[in-house]
Amino acid sequence: MSNPGTLKERMNYEKSFDCVQCGYCLPACPTYETMETEKHSPRGRIQLMKLAAEGKIGLEELEEPVGKCLGCMACMPVCPTNVQYDQMLEGAKRVIEDNKQKPKLQQAVEHSLLDTLIPSAAGMNTVGNLTWLYQKTGLQKAAQKLRLSTLAPLAMGEFEKVLPPQPSPKERSARPAFRPAHQPEKARVAFFTGCVMDSMFFAINEQSMELLAIAGASVIVPEEQTCCGALHAHSGRHDKAVELAKQNIQMLEELDVDYVVNNAGGCGAQMIRYDHLFEEGTVWHERALAFTNKVRDITQVLADLDSLRFTKPVNERITYQPSCHMTNVQRVTEAPRALMQAIPGIELQEMNDPNFCCGSAGVYNLVQHESSMNILDVKMKDAGSTSTSTIVTTNPGCLLQMKYGAEKAATGQRAVHLVELLMEAEPVPKDYKL
Amino acid sequence: MEAQWITALQQRIGKERVQTGTADRHSYSYDGSFGEFLPEAVVQVRSTAEVVAVMETANAFLVPVTPRGQGTCLSGGPLPVKGGIVLDMSQWPSSVDITPGDLTARVSPGTLTAAIHAAAEEHGLMYPPDPSSAHVSTIGGNLAENSGGPRGLKYGVTKDYVIGLEVVTPEGKIMQAGGSTIKNVTGFDLTKLIVGSEGVLGVITAATLKLIPKPPAVQTIMASFASMETAGEAISTTLTSGILPAKMEFIDQACALAVEAYQPSGLPTDAAAIVMIELDGNEESIQVEARQVSQIMKELGALEVIEPKTPEAAAAIWKARKMVSPAIAKIKPTKVSEDATVPRSQIPAMTARLADIREKYSVSLVVFGHAGDGNLHPNILCDKRDQEEMKRVELAVGEIFEAAIELGGTLSGEHGIGTMKSSFMEQELGAVGVDMMRRIKDAWDPNGIMNPGKIFAEPGQRLVLTDE
Ligand SMILES: Cc1cc2nc3c(=O)[nH]c(=O)nc-3n(C[C@H](O)[C@H](O)[C@H](O)COP(=O)(O)OP(=O)(O)OC[C@H]3O[C@@H](n4cnc5c(N)ncnc54)[C@H](O)[C@@H]3O)c2cc1C
Ligand code: SF4
Ligand code: SF4
Repeated sequence: MSNPGTLKERMNYEKSFDCVQCGYCLPACPTYETMETEKHSPRGRIQLMKLAAEGKIGLEELEEPVGKCLGCMACMPVCPTNVQYDQMLEGAKRVIEDNKQKPKLQQAVEHSLLDTLIPSAAGMNTVGNLTWLYQKTGLQKAAQKLRLSTLAPLAMGEFEKVLPPQPSPKERSARPAFRPAHQPEKARVAFFTGCVMDSMFFAINEQSMELLAIAGASVIVPEEQTCCGALHAHSGRHDKAVELAKQNIQMLEELDVDYVVNNAGGCGAQMIRYDHLFEEGTVWHERALAFTNKVRDITQVLADLDSLRFTKPVNERITYQPSCHMTNVQRVTEAPRALMQAIPGIELQEMNDPNFCCGSAGVYNLVQHESSMNILDVKMKDAGSTSTSTIVTTNPGCLLQMKYGAEKAATGQRAVHLVELLMEAEPVPKDYKL
Repeated sequence: MEAQWITALQQRIGKERVQTGTADRHSYSYDGSFGEFLPEAVVQVRSTAEVVAVMETANAFLVPVTPRGQGTCLSGGPLPVKGGIVLDMSQWPSSVDITPGDLTARVSPGTLTAAIHAAAEEHGLMYPPDPSSAHVSTIGGNLAENSGGPRGLKYGVTKDYVIGLEVVTPEGKIMQAGGSTIKNVTGFDLTKLIVGSEGVLGVITAATLKLIPKPPAVQTIMASFASMETAGEAISTTLTSGILPAKMEFIDQACALAVEAYQPSGLPTDAAAIVMIELDGNEESIQVEARQVSQIMKELGALEVIEPKTPEAAAAIWKARKMVSPAIAKIKPTKVSEDATVPRSQIPAMTARLADIREKYSVSLVVFGHAGDGNLHPNILCDKRDQEEMKRVELAVGEIFEAAIELGGTLSGEHGIGTMKSSFMEQELGAVGVDMMRRIKDAWDPNGIMNPGKIFAEPGQRLVLTDE
């Protein structure tokens, strides 16, 4: 690992001075609520990061508070002084990563996931394909074939029951690289497939592109795209995150499109912040800004195009579990709600505290399993006490967690991605006459 | 080896209640003001019996105990300046028990103020004290600081709504003060003594609060003025015209400019002062009052008077008022927020003094506040890392206090004395006043373990805003 700058620089120390310790972030923080102590609150974490950067406490004191932070960024929109907690957190993770003092399990999971599988499309397809294989052949055989249970943790153990059926490798490779708009073209977009999304929820990606096309966008699936780098940045692999960002920036520069569209709140949040990975005033910073200007969540594009008409009512009461990164980082909150409410027959009933994280948080539910489950319990109490039959989400991690949570808490609800719900309502181009 | 008292405490209330790790202690070493002090242990209590156990142990071993709500204090109240125990009250289970027939609520100390607002509202009632930190702060902290907010003008502050308290004394005895009745003259009013005592006389473990019927309608008015004097005149004319608004806030031009730069909210930026008023009551009567107030504003030469027609438009005005705090924080990272309060007629004189102080020490000073009750919030925006600047700020703050006292005002309208203002106490109260308070403190807390180092200055103590 490279070690540019002092500890203070790497930890974004100067940013800690923006925190006036007012405590306004405390009620927003899920881990403060479930862990009930200030070192697991944003204000406490910032204080500890500051002291560690000053060398007043050891880095080992940071590991637990930082490791247990969900990175949900619910503390950011409520902060009156606009503390850049995301950058401080990444800085702290980077320093901890460089010092390699993480728990063994966390290291193993992160290594297999982040250094080998996720950055390569081939690797992620392997996860998807192996998942498929595993579903066709049963747990035992697949587990033997995989040998290492950490290789495809998402498909393992507790989450196994809730995975959707996987497409065969043949179906995967048959995806068209270009889809023309189904009505006079209103926009040209590059579709960002996302690693987890594409491997676990391949069908939802297909539906997303279909939906964009119906709404009047021509859709390109650039082959040169790579992982957004969110999981790398969140686990302190700064250099890798930069490398992946550069590759995506280059990819987009070569295309003539209006937007790069994604359907995973976490990916969108990482991509919309690419400029933070580069120093201001550098050429790469400029290029990153050009990229971030084009990043859109699919719901923003669909709402902007305003060109869908739904032909089949979906008579259901639903509740919405927004992706934290979509709410707190991308700050997209209206478009998804407007879209679901445009479906005839749908009634949206908000749950208590919808912005409270579901506990999925990247790989958090794997490396901090118990903490994640405590947070999920709070969430399922809120989701379960609505009188709804469906939980709608906008991110693959949340989707998996909600599917799992509904099963675990036996709420009787199903969990779907918003795109799936929109497709159930059989959309057609707005001006389309039967 | 853990200190003996820590082991003793763990035996009495359980190991999991007593945190002694480095990260744990550091994350209870600060509040919303200046300074950091490291406690030796953080004890999270959830029942009166546990508080008794802590106080008894602390007395036996002579260990200081500092109560702490959510640490939003702006005067250093929950800082463990002498080490010892930080007594975290914030994890005490929240509970609001409303008796609608009596218009009272019994609450636990860790309950967030906003939760009391919400529970009262469910019964068509209102708990009026509305500090802007209500969604974060605990009622225990509000009681200890006697917190107030914009509605203080018409409805008063926390102390006006407390009728009964359960307190664990510094020696670990349970005491009931007051009761459940609105009137009560049995003995000294210890309830009111405890309220505003900043945690130096005991630990509040339960409170009975008074509620009032929620006014059915509200109307907002915003007026801007070319000078602070006319704004002040408009405020006092309104208050002597037979109308008592629920809120009467004002912000100066620097604040308005900061808000418009931070998040354009439609505030006039050409005026020296903006006054924001909320009337509440019955729909018909407040419409009549609104016309009268607008008339007064216009007659006194307001540049502009706005009466928003929709609740959304009114909400936008109050949102702009709320934006002042974050907006001015953009001027410079460190905010020294004061709450010197003067008699209402002295507001223009005080703002003139503040302008002089700004010049004299060349500090970035802006003013907003609760004009209706004379509670100003002069805020100095500075940078903690700049030692030279902070020295000037220290002097400026001292002079703000002096100005307030000279104009017949007080050091603090709502944030409390704590560590920040203790060295100015004698200036306002005189030696006898402070001495009588100290005697009360010594009688209540013979071992001097209850939140020591607050309110009463040590010899030679002065305001320090620098790290060194
Ligand atoms: C952004 C911001 C805005 C604010 N706005 C206002 C405002 O509008 N009006 C206002 O009045 N204040 C305001 N404050 C100040 C602060 O929020 C209040 O003083 C609040 O009452 C503190 O509550 P807390 O729970 O955070 O208590 P803490 O800050 O933790 O403690 C405050 C004091 O109370 C004592 N204490 C706490 N609990 C108990 C207990 N159970 N028994 C005995 N003593 C106890 C502590 O020892 C300490 O001295 C503001 C603060 C911030 C940061
Ligand atoms: S809300 Fe912001 S300034 Fe306040 S304590 Fe949290 S991070 Fe610090
Ligand atoms: S990112 Fe989420 S979990 Fe972490 S401190 Fe902020 S609110 Fe808490």
